[in-house]
Parts: sequence; structure tokens; C-alpha cells
Amino acid sequence: MFRRAPDRIRAQVTFTFDGIPITASAEDSVAAALLAAGVRACRTTPVSGSARGPYCMMGVCFECLVRIDGVGNRQGCLVQVRDGMKVETQKGAHALSAEPAL
Amino acid sequence: MPVNRTHAEPDIVVVGGGLMGASLAWGLARHGSRVCVLDEGDIALRASRANFALIWVQGKGLGFPAYTAWTKAAAAAWPRLAAELKSDTGIDVGLDQPGGFTVCLSDRELEANVDALVRLHRQPGAVAHPYEVLDHAQTKARLPAIGPEVSGSIYCPLDGHVNSLRLFRALHAAFEAHGVDYRADHAVETIEPHDGVFALKGAWGQVRAPKVILAAGLGNARLAPMVGLDAPMKSSRGQIVVTEKAAPFLRYPVVTVRQTDEGGVMIGDSEEANGANLTMDHAISSVMAERAIRMFPLLEELNVVRTWSAFRVMTLDGSPVYEQSRAYPGAFMAMAHSGVTLAPQHAYDLVDAVRAGTMPDEMAAFSTRRFHVPACA
Repeated sequence: MFRRAPDRIRAQVTFTFDGIPITASAEDSVAAALLAAGVRACRTTPVSGSARGPYCMMGVCFECLVRIDGVGNRQGCLVQVRDGMKVETQKGAHALSAEPAL
Repeated sequence: MPVNRTHAEPDIVVVGGGLMGASLAWGLARHGSRVCVLDEGDIALRASRANFALIWVQGKGLGFPAYTAWTKAAAAAWPRLAAELKSDTGIDVGLDQPGGFTVCLSDRELEANVDALVRLHRQPGAVAHPYEVLDHAQTKARLPAIGPEVSGSIYCPLDGHVNSLRLFRALHAAFEAHGVDYRADHAVETIEPHDGVFALKGAWGQVRAPKVILAAGLGNARLAPMVGLDAPMKSSRGQIVVTEKAAPFLRYPVVTVRQTDEGGVMIGDSEEANGANLTMDHAISSVMAERAIRMFPLLEELNVVRTWSAFRVMTLDGSPVYEQSRAYPGAFMAMAHSGVTLAPQHAYDLVDAVRAGTMPDEMAAFSTRRFHVPACA
């Protein structure tokens, strides 16, 4: 769906998305890297459970939420991708790390 | 076949389509009255779209015992209101009444809150509401997410919350089911009483009816004198901070922190005597957020997604005002800061009083005559 502009192909890094290795430009945000790799959905909503993917790419829409290196609710468009980064689909609401049993 | 009532003269005009006006209009229409609601547009100063959504009994009525009874009755009637709105519209307003907490961050704060409740219950004619004072360990047993700085809490089993945006939506959706003639962008400029009929006028034209209820929030101060009433208000601005959605971690509403049924966390309860503007004061929201994190340290992980400020509909003593004009019977005014908590009282009891044309004793206490005690003494 998206093609990289030729002047944006520079140093490359590799990260994983749900365990699958993806190669990206070192200057990409996580959201841009996912879109460039053809990933269309990276989270499901807490209310209806429907699938969502990066939309505004500027920190406003919160559709690109993912888990990064075990931390939920990260806005993929505001985080630069790093070599070895572990990105995962965020399913529903982010569970707070110290979440007690209800 | 639906009746087109747009052009018929209504039995009653409700000025204001916020939670107060909508509760009244829905309640009246359920009895078959032809109701016309004259509302402002979306930029109206509408507390109904800015409130914290608590159904709160705890601590209500200090200096005004009748308000405790009125609030307790409202909390008890909430399941009926939620069920009837669901049946009218299919909308679930997310009613949840597990009881609520006031969480205190120092012994002094806890003592001050307990002291206020003791004074409330010692008033002549006081109506009791149940409450428990809990220390840190007892609080943690029910609210496991509290931090080490929490000294204790006060729990009242009658408290709860709703999704107030869905409540607002449900009332307006129910208008259709009951044939309410709702008119947006119909700000009322003048009301002229004449021979038992009220003519309400604005740039849009005019509507005439034998009864009128002023439920225009802060706008009542301007409109009330036109029907021989007085609606003194004081300035009270509040701010609210909302986080992104998170998995449920807070089973009970806390007076300053609640997790909505959809997962977002609301932080609120600031109060300023500021009637000038609605620009956010970030120093205030910072204090609110800091206190919320001391109560529940895991909130630190969440991003803030929205903040806003709004004016409360605040009478001189903070308690509701319900009154019928002596000079122009048929003209009523109603205003309350607690439009969510009191919605059932407005939809049922106050509607009965307006239909009967007389305020029963339990409601007479809420007239503005209480503001004029020195003049009467």
C-alpha cells in the first residue's frame, strides 16, 4: 500500500512485530515502519474490539497504539524504531503493570 | 402514526436542553404533555457535557439537611431511570452503584472529612446516610491499587456513577419516542407573561405556552426576573483530566478519580471562583494529576488524552433551587449543580410538582426564600 520515497532509504534496522522480523529504515517511526511493511492493523479497540492501524501519524489519533518491549499503550508514530525492538499488537485495553486482581 | 407537534402550541416550554431540561422534558412527555424544548447551540456553556458523572450521596447536605434526603432518594431511584431510558431508547447509560470512596492523603485530610460528616449528621433534622471510615489497610483491601501515601478513606455504599454522555444522549433520543419538540439554536431572549400565557421570543421567532420551566443553567440568572423570579448564581469553574483507556483497575468511583465503563480514567473536582473564561489552568490540572498519582501510583503509566474546564451551575449555597413564580404562576425555575445525581428527582418528583402546579413540602425547602433569612428575621 505504501512505497518508500527513494531518498528515505538509508541505514537499515530490524525489529520484530508479533515475532515476525521486519526491516525498516533507521529513521522510521514504528508506525511508519509497520505501514511500509504492509501491516494495516496493530491494535484492537477496548470498547468494540475492532482492528485499528496508524492513521494521523502525528500523535493525535491514538490508532497506532502498540506494545513496545513489553510496555503497552505506546504511540507507534512517536517512537523511532530501533534495531532489535520487540513490537506487539495491543489487544484491547492496556493492562497497567501493577494491576491488582479485582 | 407519529403526531407532528411542531406547529401545535405546547402545554409547556422547557428553556434549556441540558441534563436538567432534558430530564424534565422527558418526564413531562411521558405523561402525555406536549413539550417544547428551546435549547442553545453546541457552543452553549453546557455542564452536561463537561461533568464528572458521579451519582454522589456522601457528604451532601451539610447546612441543608433536606438535601441529604433528596439526594438519597435520587440514588435509590436511579435504577428505575436507567431501566426506563433503556426501554425507551435501547441505550445503556452504564449505571454502576457499588458505593464510592473519598481517599485521603494525610491523617489531617481524613480527620477533616470525617469531621464534616459528623457535623452533617449532628444537624437538627439531619437525615443520616451510611458511611464507613477506613484506615490504610482496610482501604487497600477494597482498593488494591492505592499507594503508600493514602492515610485512609471514607466509603459510602450509596454512591455510584454513570456514563453521563450516554445519559445525555439517551434523554435526547427518548425525546423522539415521546414526541418532544426539541429546537436547537433557539436561544431565548425574552419571556413575556400575559394573561396566564408565556410568550418566549428570540431571533428565531416565538413560542407561546401556559407553562414554562427555566432550566437554562447559568442563563437562569438573566431569564428568571422576566417571570418574577430571582436566580442568584456564583461562579464555580472546574477542570477535568482524562487519560487513555486502560484495563479495569478501579472497581469503585472515588470522588476525584473514576474509571469509566469504557476504560478511560477521569481526574476531577477542582473548584475555582473564576467566571471569566474557560482557558485551562495547567497549574491546577497538574495538582489534580499529582494527587491522583499519589492515590493510585499506576496512573503514572497512562497518557492524558483530553482536558477541559467548565462552569458549574452553582447556586449561592451549592444546593438545588426549585421554585414557582408567585407573581406569574405557571412559571417554574429549576437549577442544580448535581444534574447527574438528581436526574431521577427531576424526571419524576419535580415533574409531578410542575404538572400539579404546586410544590410539595419536601420541595418547598429548595426555594430561594432560604437565601433571604436575615430579611425575614
